[in-house]
Parts: sequence; C-alpha cells; structure tokens
Amino acid sequence: MRLPKVKKLLSLSAVAFALSASIAHAATVNVYSARKEALIKPVLEQFTEKTGIEVRLLTGNGDALLARLRNEGANSPADLFLTVDAGNLHRAAEAGIFQPLTSDKVLQSVPAHLHGADNLWIGLSLRARPIFYAKERVDPSQLSGYQDLADPKWDNDVCIRSSDNIYNQSLTAALLEHWGEEKTEAWAEGLVSNLAKPPVGGDRDQIKAVAAGVCDLAVANTYYLGLMEASSDPAEREAASKVGIFWPNQDSFGTHVNVSGIGLTKYAKNTDEAQQLIAYLLSDEAQKWYAATNNEYPAVSDVEWSERLQAWGDFKMDDIEMRYLGENNAAAVKLMNRAGWR
Amino acid sequence: MQQRWRQLSLVASALVLGLPLMVIVFALLQLLFGGDFTTLQHLWQTVIPEYIQHSLILMVGVAVGVIILGVSTAWLTTSCRFPGQKLLSWALLLPLAMPAYITAYTYTGMLDYSGPVQTLLRDTFGWSYGDYWFPQIRSIGGAIAVLSLVLFPYVYLITRATFLQQSATTLEAGRSLGLSPWQCFLRIALPLARPAIVTGTTLALMETLADYGTVQYFGVTTFTTGIFRTWYGLGDLTGALQLAGLLLAAVITLILLERWSRKQARYDQRNPRPAAPFELQGGKAWLASLVCWLPLVFGFLLPALQLAAWSVERWQVWTDSDFWQLTWNSFALALVAALLVVTLAVWLAYGRRQLPTKLVRTSVAFAGLGYAIPGLVIAVGLLVLLTSIDNVIIQITTEWFDYNPGLLLSGTLFALLFAYAVRFLSVAIQTVQAGLAEIRPSMDEAARIHGYRPLQVLRLIHLPLLRPSVLTAVILVGVDVLKELPATLVLRPFDFNTLAVRAYEMAGDERLADAGPPALMMVMVGLIPVILLSRAMLKSQQNALKEQDFVPVTA
Repeated sequence: MRLPKVKKLLSLSAVAFALSASIAHAATVNVYSARKEALIKPVLEQFTEKTGIEVRLLTGNGDALLARLRNEGANSPADLFLTVDAGNLHRAAEAGIFQPLTSDKVLQSVPAHLHGADNLWIGLSLRARPIFYAKERVDPSQLSGYQDLADPKWDNDVCIRSSDNIYNQSLTAALLEHWGEEKTEAWAEGLVSNLAKPPVGGDRDQIKAVAAGVCDLAVANTYYLGLMEASSDPAEREAASKVGIFWPNQDSFGTHVNVSGIGLTKYAKNTDEAQQLIAYLLSDEAQKWYAATNNEYPAVSDVEWSERLQAWGDFKMDDIEMRYLGENNAAAVKLMNRAGWR
Repeated sequence: MQQRWRQLSLVASALVLGLPLMVIVFALLQLLFGGDFTTLQHLWQTVIPEYIQHSLILMVGVAVGVIILGVSTAWLTTSCRFPGQKLLSWALLLPLAMPAYITAYTYTGMLDYSGPVQTLLRDTFGWSYGDYWFPQIRSIGGAIAVLSLVLFPYVYLITRATFLQQSATTLEAGRSLGLSPWQCFLRIALPLARPAIVTGTTLALMETLADYGTVQYFGVTTFTTGIFRTWYGLGDLTGALQLAGLLLAAVITLILLERWSRKQARYDQRNPRPAAPFELQGGKAWLASLVCWLPLVFGFLLPALQLAAWSVERWQVWTDSDFWQLTWNSFALALVAALLVVTLAVWLAYGRRQLPTKLVRTSVAFAGLGYAIPGLVIAVGLLVLLTSIDNVIIQITTEWFDYNPGLLLSGTLFALLFAYAVRFLSVAIQTVQAGLAEIRPSMDEAARIHGYRPLQVLRLIHLPLLRPSVLTAVILVGVDVLKELPATLVLRPFDFNTLAVRAYEMAGDERLADAGPPALMMVMVGLIPVILLSRAMLKSQQNALKEQDFVPVTA
C-alpha cells in the first residue's frame, strides 16, 4: 500500500465519519436507548414523519449508557433516556440524571405504580414473566405460583436462565418485597436444586427446553413465546405449540410484570421536543405498535391488546410499585449469589 | 539532552495510552488505602473462588487447545508436502475472521437440544430428551472448544514463521543422524520454536481472559463475567473496577512469566537455505491432510455455512441501504483504527529498540496491557477520562469565547479510536517487535558509520525490512477492530452503528437468524484482510530467503 492511497482513504473516511456524526439539524431530540434499534427505530421514524422533529438515536447497554450520561454531566447531548427494566430505571433515577415529568396528560395516562419516584420516569410498556409448562406432561391445575418452582415435587423439572439476567433479578426483587428475605432465599435455594439443566441460554432457550422435554416448567418473558409463534421457522412454531402459559399467583399478588420506561434528562436542551416524543410514545398508535410488534402489554390501560395478547388470556398483574424492584436489586443479586444460582 | 527528550516523549505517549488502565489501578490503590471492602468481601465469600477456578480451567484448556491445533498445523504445512498443503497453509488463517461469540452462536444453533442435530437424532431413533448422551455445548468444555478453534491461528501464524526460518542444516543434521520426521519435530523443531509458541499462546490467553461474549453466552462464570455482574447486578462500578484490578494483576503475572520463559531461550539461527520438506505418501499424507482440515472445518467452514443458511432466510436485508452503510462504517473504522494503532506501535517499538532503558521498556509494556482487559472496562475508564477533559474544555471555551463546542473527545469517533489503540496496541507492538528483532544491530551501526541520521536509517533500512510485519500488524488489528464489540457499543457517537453492534443486538434478543447477515458480512469483510495477510506471508518468506543471500554471516 503506497502512502498517497492511504492518505486518500483516510481523508475519505474522515469525511464519511463527519457526515455520519454531523451536528444539530433544525428541530431534533437526542435519545439514549437501551432498547435495541430494531425495537424502537420504527416508532421514532413515525414520530419524525408526524412532527418533522429529527430523532438522533444511540443504543447500547443500559448501565453503560447510564455511565456515559453520568460522566457527560451537564454537557450530555441526551434529552431522553429510554431503558428496559425497573431496576435500570431506578438506578438512573438514583444517579440523579432525570428531571421530574410535569405534563398532566402524560402522567395521567399511565397508572401511578408505573411512575418512578417523584415522576422521574414513566412506564411505556409492560412485559409479563409467567411460568411456561409442557402441555403434554403437566396439568396446569397442579400449579399455583412461583412458589411451585422451589417445590421438591418438581425436582429436576425446572428451567430458568442465569441470575446474571436482570429479568430474574427483578423477579427475585419483587418476591423479596412480597415474601421477605428468609422465604425468598429458601425459594431460590429450592429453585436451584430443582433445575433440570444449568441456568444457561436466554428466555427463548428455556421455552424450547420445555418443548424438547428437557424440563416441564420454565420461567420466561411472554414476548419470546410471541416471537416463536410468529417465527418463519416451522420448528420454532411447533415448539411454541407444545408449551402453555400459566399465570402464577392469581390468588395473591399476581404475575410478575416489568416495565420499559423513559425519562427526561436533567440537562435536556430540547425539552419541548423531548416531551412531545414522550407523549407520542404513550399515544394509542405507538402503544399498539409495541403490543403488535414485540408482544408487550401497553402501559396505557385503556389501549386495546393485540390479538396474540388476547389469545394468551387476561390475568392479574402484580401492581407492586416499580421502584421496589430497583431498590431491592442489589439485595436480590446477593441473595442469588448465596443460593448458588449462577 | 536530545536523548532525554526522546525518552520523555516515549514514556509520555505510552502512559497516555495506559491512562484508562490507570483508572483501574487507581481503584485498586483506593482499596488498599482504606477503601470499602464490603462488596469484595461478599464476592469473595460467594463467587470469586468459582470465578478463579473457571478462569483457570478455561485458560489451561484453551492453552492446550491452541498449542495442539496451532503447532501441529504449522509444522505440517511448513515441513511436509501432502495434498492440499498449499491451500491449507493460507486457509488455516481464516478462523481469525470469525468473532468468537459468533462462532458460539452458530454452534449453539446447531448443537443445542432444540437444534437440528439433536432433533434429528430424536426423530430418527424415537428418543426423547434424556434417553441419550449428548455433549452440552453451553458449558466450560464448549467454551474451551470454541475459543481454541477461533484463537489457534495466532499460534499457527507465529510458530509457522519460526519453522520457516529454522535452519536447514540443523534439521538435516538431525535427519542424517537417522531421525524420522516425527522425531525431527519433537526433538529439534519444537524446542527451537518454543519462544514463538509461547508468544502465540500468550496472545490467545489474553483474548480468552478478556472474552465476555462467548463465556456469557455459554453460561460459564469467569472473572470477566463477574466484573459485569458486579457492575450491572450490584450497581457497584467501584467493586467492578476492583475486580478488574485483580484481573490486571493476573495478566501482569502472565506476561512476566512469558518474558521469563523467553529470556531462558534465545536462539539466533539463520540460514539462506530452507530445509527440504518431507514428502508424505499414502496414509501419512491423508492423515496430515485430515489433521489440517479439521480445525479449518470446525473453526471456519461450519460456522460460516450456518451463517450463510441464516442469511439466505433473511435475504431481504441484503438490498437494504442501511445494511451497506453499516458495512462501510465497520470497514472504514477498522482501516483507520488499524493504521493509527500500528503507527503508534511502530513509534513505541522503535523507540524501545533505540532506547532500551528500563523506564521505556516498562512503560511500553504497561501500554500493551490493554489486550487482556475486557473492552467494556477500558471503555469505562476512557469515558471517565475523556468526559472530564471535555467538560473542562467546554467550561473554558464558554467562559472565554462564549462558545460551546460540545463533547469533542468523548462524543466523537476519537473516543472509539482511543479505545481501540489501548485495547489492540499489544497485538501491533508484538508483531512489529518480532519484525524489528530480525534487523540486526550491526546493520544500524553500518548505516550510522556511513553518516545516515536515525530517521534516514528508519526510512531507508528499517521500514523496507519491516514492511511485512507492519502489514501483518495492520491486518491483525483491523480484523480485531472489526470484531470488537463492547467498547464500540459504549463509546460510539449518535446514529453510528457497525456490523458487530447489529449482530449483537439481534443475537442478544435471541433472534439468531436476524444476526446472520451482519455476522456473515463481518466475516466476509474480515476475510479480505486475512487473505491479504496470507499472501503477504508467502511473499515475505520468498523475500526473506532472497535477502538473506546478501546478509553477511556474522559470528
């Protein structure tokens, strides 16, 4: 490679980068999102089409984005921080990167338990984490709730993913609030001893394990089942048909649900545009889009559920205040460490 | 006087590159001087013993794996002739283009209980799960296999170069004394190649220690997964950095061991004549061919086929302009980063050669430590550093000029390039140093006596001789940057995505088929430099042999 060529390439790519990272259009709003590009960009594009406001997006891991926001401080370009899981939202609120939301219309459209403390953030969608069972081998009338997972009756029959995963951390954090530390730790130990295989793989893998006969019960988020039901791969659709959803703890606190949410950053420069975007994300149109695209439950209570969600049936959701999931997160992780849940 | 300035500038640039690591060292020091032990204590009682155990098993396993695969293939392709030997000698580098986590995804897709292999077994024999034994791919064994298959080319590459240089007379002496090819290998070639094998293995092990994607996907808890769990789960960044500090200490030990083993053995043997290869016949030839094909099939061909299968399913993506933008981003970023990193490496390695004081050597070694540190940890260290500089810049410019330039360093590609420099400097330095070692001090002296200034020596003598190793370094770093994920994820600017990010987002969402096209594209883009590398290798061998005729033999 001769030098002039290298120089040319260098300057070319420098120009390309400058273009791709170009600054400030007329009306923009800058979003840091822990939600993956594929699961948020379409709805942001609809927003731009409607309002003419340009949305600049940076996706990434929730904690990493939060670290970035904190370090950038008052100079952060981010106007909005969108993240999944109450634990992450709580951590962001604790870090002091949000300012309270004030729009009554926005606040009233979502039930109070889905607001952060001091309205620092607001829920956009809900994801349920029930028990899945093998239709061929399990009679759902034998089941009652999450406590079953630790019952010796199901020895070597349970599949769940690693406790590294925030969904499991939040589930355990919720149980900590309902049951207290002693009972929850005993539950985690019982669960670990009932495992049919090491807690590896994602949620979808646990559902597939039930279908393949590795275990009878699994814990997973429902939208993974939705993805499998809608898959282009016939093997996945067949696996999905072999598992049923059991809604746990309907007689007590209800099935664990988690939230994805958004907050306005403390140093937002495009406050007006940012608030318009929040309002749009809570509109009927956007709420239905979530439900239809990712099989999540709308946070706005009077929005109609998609056909698939309706087919899975109505159920009682745990209406625990989401902030507890965040506050109990570290205690939950330590408890799981002690119980040997990898 | 001039020398002192040179030393100062070398040490300073090495330290700037080591700055993100300083954040980790600082966290450790804080701990030593009355820091908060509670997180570490909890971890020590519950999970750290397991992390250490798993990390050790993983390292021993990968070391054995890469040495067996790398050395056997390097020896067979250099000193033996058998069907397919020419093709294999460059094709064995192909697994380098495969990111380890992508290989892990493909094997999981194939071999998991719900994958086609086990489903076929069950359907054919009417078994159900538990009726038959099948290795669990998501296990520490699976992680060792995947990492070995992806990382062995490092050992192959470096060991092969050594085997090629081994003097014909040494090997022929062995043969004339009646040693079989196998004995020649065990008793002469292998001991002589030890430093090269150790260097290659160290590179592979540093990658293993820093790996997060593969082990996390396989559910193997290691030191690195522990760092993330502490940060994400316990929300304790300081605790996570302390763990990273412990990891850093382990890496330093590993490097010292490597240095020590190299010091034990220094072999300078050059000969203008390459050893005559062994012509393998019949069964032996087939066996040799098989031994070389296996790592290629499992390390590259099978995973690539699986990716291709997924990509066919998602053919629409290939017509998407967005997708080609990603490809361009990845490629341009890798190229720019590689050129930058290698320039830095040449500057440091060259300075170290001219001025091998203890201070210079130590600081250059420190700057190279980033290779074993998980990308995310480096990213966080860098984030802390760059944002605080940015904030100072903004404060000054707004106060003096009433102008806010925004986040100049942390919000632009500068941050990414810096991170790559920290992370991959070691690869470049090692490669360039290996090249520099070939240039004898007597050549410098001769040039200086003729009145050349140091820069002229560099331009007229060293750079032409260094070209192959510089090219190798550019390609290795470029491929590494292409595959890099965690730092890219954290530090990239708005609306800037790469193939690795897209593949990860899809796979992280358990949409393996959607991860297919970007992963395949990443491998294809990575293939170009890898093929260039193998061609450069072949060419440099020929050149080296030619040039040697003119090198006066020194005692």
